[in-house]
Amino acid sequence: MKSLEELEAIRKKMQGRVDIRKSDAEKRVVVGMATCGIAAGARPVLQAFVDEVATRGLSDVVVSQTGCIGVCRLEPIAEVFMPGQEKVTYVKMDAEKAKRVVAEHLVNGNVVTEYTIGYYEKNNA
Amino acid sequence: MDFYRAHVLVCGGTGCTSSGSAELIERFEKGLAEKGLEKEVKVVRTGCFGLCEAGPIVIVYPEGAFYSRVQLEDVDEIVEEHLLKGRIVERLLHKDEKEEDVATTLDDIEFYKKQNRVALRNCGVIDPEVIDEYIAFDGYKALGTCLTEKTPQEVIDIIKASGLRGRGGGGFPTGVKWQFGHDAKGDQKYIICNADEGDPGAFMDRSVLEGDPHSVIEAMAIAGYAIGANMGYVYVRAEYPIAVKRLQIAIDQAREYGLLGEGIFGTDFQFDIEIRLGAGAFVCGEETALMESIEGRRGEPRPKPPFPANKGLFGKPTVINNVETLANIPQIILKGADWFGSMGTEKSKGTKVFALGGKINNTGLVEIPMGTTLREVIYDIGGGIPDGKKFKAAQTGGPSGGCIPAEHLDLKIDYDTLTSIGSMMGSGGLIVMDEDNCMVDVAKFFLDFTVDESCGKCPPCRIGTKRMLEILQRITDGKGKPGDIEKLIELGESIKAGALCGLGKTAPNPVLSTIKYFRDEYEAHIYDKRCPAGHCQQLLVYEIIPTKCIGCGMCARVCPAEAITGEKKQPHHIDPDKCIKCGACIEKCKFDAIKR
Repeated sequence: MKSLEELEAIRKKMQGRVDIRKSDAEKRVVVGMATCGIAAGARPVLQAFVDEVATRGLSDVVVSQTGCIGVCRLEPIAEVFMPGQEKVTYVKMDAEKAKRVVAEHLVNGNVVTEYTIGYYEKNNA
Repeated sequence: MDFYRAHVLVCGGTGCTSSGSAELIERFEKGLAEKGLEKEVKVVRTGCFGLCEAGPIVIVYPEGAFYSRVQLEDVDEIVEEHLLKGRIVERLLHKDEKEEDVATTLDDIEFYKKQNRVALRNCGVIDPEVIDEYIAFDGYKALGTCLTEKTPQEVIDIIKASGLRGRGGGGFPTGVKWQFGHDAKGDQKYIICNADEGDPGAFMDRSVLEGDPHSVIEAMAIAGYAIGANMGYVYVRAEYPIAVKRLQIAIDQAREYGLLGEGIFGTDFQFDIEIRLGAGAFVCGEETALMESIEGRRGEPRPKPPFPANKGLFGKPTVINNVETLANIPQIILKGADWFGSMGTEKSKGTKVFALGGKINNTGLVEIPMGTTLREVIYDIGGGIPDGKKFKAAQTGGPSGGCIPAEHLDLKIDYDTLTSIGSMMGSGGLIVMDEDNCMVDVAKFFLDFTVDESCGKCPPCRIGTKRMLEILQRITDGKGKPGDIEKLIELGESIKAGALCGLGKTAPNPVLSTIKYFRDEYEAHIYDKRCPAGHCQQLLVYEIIPTKCIGCGMCARVCPAEAITGEKKQPHHIDPDKCIKCGACIEKCKFDAIKR
């Protein structure tokens, strides 16, 4: 170890991997991982969220999973919780959509309207 | 780089390892592989979480679900339900003794609410065998800052200003000790970490070494820089195999990263650490005896002065600190003396780790700010006394400490208040006793320990404690004589004044403090030949209550000494001369007709 910078580099590299154990994360992504969700392809969605959050080093975001939300026909479903905002429910997700949600919603704070449950229901009714 | 969406933290401390946590880890890994989750979920073996009573403990992040008493067959359910389907297994979540609610995460559990983990900050959070995890939680940053931005004197000034005092028992200000080491003249100086934890019931140093060995290594290097030492020794008992193994792994990793060795952080500072194993003699926890032992001689204390700071290991200036003391150092450097000083009482800053044991629900390890009351520790954190029994006393400081009676339950715990009531902080063992404990017997237990462990170098300790033990034995055998109490006090005071080292000087404390607070129990043993707690077997008299006895004859049939006689359906009688006080009759009697 030759310098503080070198130490800091290791710390930064490792941080993304242990942040999950700190409970102070403010933003949460919850992916429905019940049988219906998994059958509809929730696992790649979850993995995409995890990868994207890690690659971008978003230390304030926690990705976790939950059971059946109840609208199985719209799976895979992911919900995003931001501090001080109402939760947003995204439906019919896939890995690409997940990456976009991370970039636009979690990073920039803009809801990706065309993936939300309300938009989908209105246009596919 | 592999990222994981969930971490399964399994406690690998000594307590949970004995209750099978190593097998749990294997089962988790196997179960995850079967479900194809091994790339998504990581299993981490951590140090002690503290709630040893409820082990083995498993925490699953990101939810922070806190599972306790996890059995091998539960693992498959956690994998299937929680990790695959995302449903927390309610059945296995930890339940507080007091509360009806099931706690989901660590922060909801009563046991953790009043705690403030500084020395134990990483225990149960990181994998102690992976240096990168320690670094991720700001590890070695304090060392780097000291070496590149601060002079040794500045480092010492921070520790002085923090008010940190030695956590091994003495309570000497750490910064002042470092200053002595710094000011001492010598071509070679040493740092020693005293990890010879010997008090019965104390296991905080063990847990720090098992759960966060790098914090001790980092602190030793900081201490080395502060006083100008280039070599450190960790004196740890061989009975701590997990601690020794993880410490050695940590030292090897630190060397590999250049955090030990030459030119640390690009400066000309060099420092290395070696482990020395102790063979388990209690006296080797005394600093001068410890140094004798490292030097290869019999572990016997030396007279002080000269103090180790001037003439210590191999006759060179030496600073010797306890494990828990050292574990506080990196945090103080990073967060500042003011932060540390904001916790605790006026003269005792920071936090202290206590090992809760005895008659208490939550046996385990807790870290609380100094100044917390005994009542909070025992009832709020410790969950109270099992079976609704009544609190009688708490014993602190192990064989060197004393008993605290119920009248002092609201005492704010720190170094000085404990000393003022005749006990001491010691290393932080806290043993709770209820109404069934006989205080004379408790004093005898601790004195028996010190008599065993006395090294024999000085007569007050070698002979004096032996005589005291003989008197106590006599009292509990029902052969106590008037004047025994006074003789115990006189002997105790003389030993305190005359013994060579801390072991002898404090050995009479358990006896003196129990006489101070529970003299009536001693008197009952001596004058009434009665043990109020019903504990001392020689003093028990078994009697049948005629009004309750229906004459079924069960007791007479189980009595191995044929001491019970009586007509059928008539009250029976116990012959006290034949009775061997085994208690078999009480166990058999369905009518509570036998008393002792």
